[in-house]
Amino acid sequence: MTEKRKFPISHVISYLLSVGLTILAVFFALGTNLSKETIMTIIGSFAVIQAGMQLFMFMNMIEGRDGWMKVTHTIYAIAMAVIFVIGSYYVLTAGHPIM
Amino acid sequence: MALKDHTNQPLEYQTEQGQMNILGFWIFIGAEIILFGTLFAIYGVLGNRYVGGPTPHDIFVIRDVVIQTLLLLTSSFTVGIVIWAMRNNDLKGLVFWQIITLLLGVGFLVMEINEFIHYVNAGATLQTSAFLSSMYALLGMHGAHVTLGIGWGIALIFQLLKRGITHQTATKTHIFSLYWHFLDVVWIFVFTFVYLGGLA
Amino acid sequence: MVDIKWDRILVTGEPLITMAMILIILTVLGVVVALTYFKKWKWLWKEWLTTVDHKRIGIMYIILGLVMFVRGGIDALMMRAQTAVPENTFLSAQHYAEVFTTHGTIMILFMAMPVLIGFMNIIMPLQIGARDVAFPHMNAISFWLTTAGALLFNISFIVGGSPDAGWTMYFPLAGKEFSPGVGNTYYFVAVQIAGFGTLMSAINFTVTIMKMRTKGMTLFKMPMFTWTTLISSLIMIIAFPVFTIALLAATLDRVYGAHFFTLSGGGLDMLWNNLFWMWAHPEVYIVILPAFGMISEVVAAFSKKRLFGYHSMVWAIIIISVLSMIVWVHHFYTMGVGPVVNSIFSITTLLIAVPTGIKMFNWLFTMRKGRIQFTVPMLWALAFIPTFLIGGVTGVMLGMAAADFHYHNTMFLIAHFHYTLVGGVVYAVFAAFTYWWPKVFGFKLGEKLGKWHFWLFNIGFNVTFFPMFFAGLDGAIRRAYTYSADAPYAPLMFISFIGTLFIAAGMIAFVMNVIWSIKNREKLACGHDPWDARTLEWATASPVPEYNFAILPEVNEIDAYWYAKKRNESFALKKEDIKPIHLPNNSGQPFIMGVIMFFVGLFFVFELHVPAFIASGAFFFMMLLRSFTSYDEGRYVNPEEVAKKETSWREVS
Repeated sequence: MTEKRKFPISHVISYLLSVGLTILAVFFALGTNLSKETIMTIIGSFAVIQAGMQLFMFMNMIEGRDGWMKVTHTIYAIAMAVIFVIGSYYVLTAGHPIM
Repeated sequence: MALKDHTNQPLEYQTEQGQMNILGFWIFIGAEIILFGTLFAIYGVLGNRYVGGPTPHDIFVIRDVVIQTLLLLTSSFTVGIVIWAMRNNDLKGLVFWQIITLLLGVGFLVMEINEFIHYVNAGATLQTSAFLSSMYALLGMHGAHVTLGIGWGIALIFQLLKRGITHQTATKTHIFSLYWHFLDVVWIFVFTFVYLGGLA
Repeated sequence: MVDIKWDRILVTGEPLITMAMILIILTVLGVVVALTYFKKWKWLWKEWLTTVDHKRIGIMYIILGLVMFVRGGIDALMMRAQTAVPENTFLSAQHYAEVFTTHGTIMILFMAMPVLIGFMNIIMPLQIGARDVAFPHMNAISFWLTTAGALLFNISFIVGGSPDAGWTMYFPLAGKEFSPGVGNTYYFVAVQIAGFGTLMSAINFTVTIMKMRTKGMTLFKMPMFTWTTLISSLIMIIAFPVFTIALLAATLDRVYGAHFFTLSGGGLDMLWNNLFWMWAHPEVYIVILPAFGMISEVVAAFSKKRLFGYHSMVWAIIIISVLSMIVWVHHFYTMGVGPVVNSIFSITTLLIAVPTGIKMFNWLFTMRKGRIQFTVPMLWALAFIPTFLIGGVTGVMLGMAAADFHYHNTMFLIAHFHYTLVGGVVYAVFAAFTYWWPKVFGFKLGEKLGKWHFWLFNIGFNVTFFPMFFAGLDGAIRRAYTYSADAPYAPLMFISFIGTLFIAAGMIAFVMNVIWSIKNREKLACGHDPWDARTLEWATASPVPEYNFAILPEVNEIDAYWYAKKRNESFALKKEDIKPIHLPNNSGQPFIMGVIMFFVGLFFVFELHVPAFIASGAFFFMMLLRSFTSYDEGRYVNPEEVAKKETSWREVS
C-alpha cells in the first residue's frame, strides 16, 4: 500500500472558515442595523463561498477522469436552479403583486 | 470488473463501474440541486404570506438553529475524515469517523424534531399559512434526506465491517460522503435564507 | 380531511365505465388462463419480469406505451364523438372532463414517455457499441416504477373516480375545495411515482453515453438518435425534480391541508401554473428531441446520404434544450403579469424557432440529391416534415404574447400542439417502429398494411386537426363538452370527428400489420442489416444477442458501419478473439419494488396513512436489501456460445 496520506489540513482550514463565516453571518443578520437588502447580499455571498468550499474542498468535485463532466453538470444545474428561483419570484411578483 | 489503467487513482475510481456510480451520483446531485432550488423558489414566493399567523420572529429560536448548523457543519467535516481514513486503508478509523458523523447527524435530527414540536405547540402548523407550508416543506425535505442518510450510513458500516475496504465498499462510502456534504450545502442556504433572512 | 365514500368506491352507473370494467376483468382473466394453460408463468418470470437486459426492458416499455396509446386513443374518440354535433348527450359534462384529463395525461406521460424511453433503451446502447446501460438493475427499477404509476393512474376510473381537472391540474379547481373526490389525488401520486422512474432512466442514459461509448466514438461521432437521447436525458434531470416538488406540494395541499396553491391561508394558485410549466414546457422538448433523432436516422438511412449539417444539428438540440427551460410563462400570458414579463418570455419563445428551422433545412438538404427509398419508415419521416412545420409555425403565432390573448385556450391551441406532438412525436415513433422492428425481431413488418396504416392515419390526422385551427379562431374553446347549434364552427367539429374515424382505421391497420407480420415472420425474415443502414446497431445479429456485440466495435468516423461496408471490410470473426462476456444477473427485486410502490401510491390516494407508511417502510427495506445484495458479480457468457450465435449472420473461423 502507498505511504500514509498526510492529515488533510485543507479540510481543517475549510471547516474553521465555514464556522467563522456562519458566525459572521449571524452577526451581520442580527447584530447590525444595515438594510435588509445589504444584509441578504452579504450573508448570501457567505453562503455561496461556503457552498463552493464544500464542493471543491470536501466533495473533490474535480478529481477523477470525469472531473470536467461533474463540474459542467453541477454548474449547469446550479445555473438552472438560480433561473428557476429568480424567475419564479420575478414572474409571480413583477408587474402588479398577485395577492 | 476490469482494472484497466486506473491503479494510480484512489480505490473507488479504479473500476469502470466505480467511476460510473460516482458520476451517476454527481448527476443525481444535479437533480437534487433543482429539487431544493424549487423548494427555495416556493419559499421565496410564499415566505411572507403569514395571513395573520406566526411570523419568523414569533417562532424561530436562533440559538438552537446555530447549534444545529454547527452540528451539521462538523459532521460534514468528519465525513471528510472518513474518506481520508479510507484512502489510508484504515478501516477502524473509517468506521470510527463514520459513527461520529452519524451521531452528529442524529443530534441534528433530534434538535430539528424538537424545533418542529416547539413550532406546533406555538400554533404554527403546516395548515396555518402559506409561509409555514413552504417552510415545513423545505425543512422537512432536508430533514427527510438526513434521516435517509443516517439509515444509509448505518447500512454502510455493516457492509464495511463484513467486507473491508474493497472497490465496491470504497465507492459506496465515497458516494455516501458526497450525499452528506451535499446536505450540508443545502443547510447552509436554509440557514441563510430561511432563518437569518427571516429574522434580519 | 378524509371524505371517502367507501361504500361507493367502485364507480357504477355509467354504462361506458361498466362496459370497460367488464372488458378489463375478461382480459385479465384471459391472460391468466392463457398463461396457466400454456404453462408460461415461469417463462414470464424468468425471461421478462426479472430481466435486466436493456433490450427486453425497452420492449416492455414500448408495449406499455402502446397499450396506453390505445387507452388514450379511445378517450380521444369519445371526445370527438361527443363534440361531433351540437348539444350532444353522449357524455355528461363530468365524464367529458374526466376523459380529456386522462387523455392528456396518458398520452404525454404514459404513452410518449415510455415509448421513447423504450427506444432509447433498445437502440442507444447498440448505437454506441455498448453491452448494456450503465446501471442495468436500476434500469429495471425505472421500468417497474413507471409501470406502477401507469397502472395506478389507469385504475382510477373504476376505483374511486378519474381525475377531472385537465392534465394541467390547475388550482384552485384541482384542490380539495372544488374537487373533493380522490380522482385528482390519483394524478398527483401516480405521476409522481412514474416521475421517479423517469429521473432514474435519465441518469442511467447520461452515464451510459458519457462513459460507455466504444473505442474511437467521440461525442461528435455519435449517431443523432444517441445525441438526442443524451440531451433529452439532461433536460429530464433538470425538469423532473421541479415536477416532483410541485406534485408533492399539491399532494400536501390535498391530503394534509397545506396552503401552497389553495386560495385560503395565503396560498397562490398561479404558483402551481408556474411550477407546472417549468416542468411541462421542457417536457415537450423531452419528447420531441428523441423524435428528431429518430427522423434524422431514418432520413439519412433512406436517402443513402450522410446527415447534412451534423454539427449544426447537434448545436441546435443543445440550444433548444437550454431555451426550453426559459419559456415557461408563454403558457399563461393571460395571467396578466404585465407586458415586460410577457415580452421577455415571448422573445425566448420565438428564439426556439431558429434552431428548429435549422433542423428542418438539414433534413431537407440530407434528402437533396439522395437516392430516396420510399419505404414505410421513410414515408412517415416525409410526412413528419410538413406536419411538424405547421405545428411549429402556429407555435410561433401562439408565442406572440399580444396575439396569444386571442388564441389562448381555444381549439387553435389544441390543433397546434397536436400538430407538434402527433405530427412530431407519433409520426417519428411509427417511423422508428417500422425502422427498428427488424433489428429487434429479425423480420420486417409488412409493407402493404404498413402503407395502409400510413395513409389512413395521415389523412385522418389532418382531417381531424386542421379544421380545429379555424374552429378555434371562430371561438371554439377547449375542454367544452358541448356547444350551441348556432355555433359557426359546428360543421368543422363534425369534419373533425370524421377524421378520427380514419385515424382509428389506421390504427386497426397497424395492429393487423403487426399480427399479420408475426404470422408470416418466416417469409418476412431478413438479415442483420435489411435497410443497408449506417449506424452500429446494424453491425450485429438481428434479433440482437443478449451480449450485443461479440467483440466491441471500433470506430473512427460518423456512420462508421456504412463506410466499413463501402470499403468492403470483412466482418468475419476469429474464434480466438472472443473472450468471455460479462453480463449482470437477473433480479426479482425491481419487480417487487414496483408492486410495493403501487400499493404505497394506492394507500396514499385513499389517505390510509398507516398502511401507506407501512408500505413505504417495505419499499425502504427493499432499498436496503438491494444495498446489501449489490455485490453480485454477474455471470459470463462463454466464447463457444458466442461463436455459435454469431454464425447466424457472419463467418466465424
